[in-house]
Amino acid sequence: MLPMKALRLPQFVGLTILALAASIALIFFYAPLDANQGLSQKIFYFHVPIALTSYVCFGWGAWKALLLLWKRTPSADLESYVAIHQGVIFGSLTLITGSIWAKISWGVWWAWSDDQLVVFLVLFLFYCAYFMLRYSVDPGPARSNMCAVYALFGVVLVPVSFFAIRISKPFIHPQVFSVSHGYQMTNAMFLAFCVSLLGMVLLFATLYQLELAGKRLDANLRELRELLA
Amino acid sequence: MSYFSDVGALARKDLLLELRAKETVPSMLIFVLAALTIFHFVTPVGAATQDQRVATLGLLWTALVFTALLGLTRAFVPEREQGLMDALVLAPCDRSAIWVAKSLAVLAFLGLAEVIALPAFSVFFAGVGWQTIAAVALADIGICAVGTLAGAMAVAGRARELILPLLFLPLVIPVVIGGVGASAGAGNRYLGFLALYDAIFSLLAWATFEYVVAET
Repeated sequence: MLPMKALRLPQFVGLTILALAASIALIFFYAPLDANQGLSQKIFYFHVPIALTSYVCFGWGAWKALLLLWKRTPSADLESYVAIHQGVIFGSLTLITGSIWAKISWGVWWAWSDDQLVVFLVLFLFYCAYFMLRYSVDPGPARSNMCAVYALFGVVLVPVSFFAIRISKPFIHPQVFSVSHGYQMTNAMFLAFCVSLLGMVLLFATLYQLELAGKRLDANLRELRELLA
Repeated sequence: MSYFSDVGALARKDLLLELRAKETVPSMLIFVLAALTIFHFVTPVGAATQDQRVATLGLLWTALVFTALLGLTRAFVPEREQGLMDALVLAPCDRSAIWVAKSLAVLAFLGLAEVIALPAFSVFFAGVGWQTIAAVALADIGICAVGTLAGAMAVAGRARELILPLLFLPLVIPVVIGGVGASAGAGNRYLGFLALYDAIFSLLAWATFEYVVAET
């Protein structure tokens, strides 16, 4: 039986709504308009926190995978899966919001010259394959181990890919878009960004617990049914 | 028996099987030659510019990765068909020895295919320099290390042949980046990167293989 009590869903829902409402208020009414990009820059407050949150999801999933392999925590398999599932959802949103922003500010839907885009795409493909792997193997300890190993490979792949793409840059991409990595932000913008990031991470935490609650209920119910049969 | 003699015995088994069946290496060879022939028809005809030379080198890397994929798809087929995986896991040897031996066998097959493919490439398209050869040698290690682990994962599932490319290709994108960079003559840092990739992923695969084949 997997524990149900440990989840604090109502508290998390409340906090998430609060943080997201505050971030929307700050983004649209408090943070100043960007001098160059104007209103279109507002998508930054959604795109970047969503992208960072998806890294948080993948990191959390890998951490749970490590716990499964190392400490043999029985509930870690489901937790790792749910985190990666949420990560892929946030990842899809990142790619969509990023494309919209790129189209508006750079004039193209996709730019291979940007490191972060390419790394993200590699990572996204990698984690999409996670689901193919998981659903092609019968449930059981073998599947849990395999998925955990795969999730661990993911966190190693991120820095390695990033490094590879970084060193290949001067050669493959002679001219680089000047995407300001150290974004010049005023304090008001930075505050709006931080609150938005907090909101997104809380949204992940809430969705994570919601999905986990459903999955655990499902597993417990199946276990009870097998006991009765 | 020591670890190395376990590895030796397991690798010998794979090589002996291939020597008798002659399935994997000939199909990899024919595949890579057919791929190079196709590449001739997709590259623009005309004076060889620097861009074109880099583009054909890129095609060489594409061909090598997919040839490796073909070999890896076959890697665990004997174990699967004879139900040997359970016996190997039960055998009184360290389970990572299974991975080392299988990687070595795949490396040997891939190396054999490349001994033909690289001269063929230089005849068909452009000559390959020592940097390309060094990069191919380094990339092979990484490809076999990661690919064998992915192959062991894929073989456990229902959609075996279908799932291996999905697991394998995102993992070897860094290898392709490093390989193309090195063969385009952009210096030793790409070779260094390939060596780093080999070290990191071999270590990770070596440490985690046990969990992939264990049933508990």
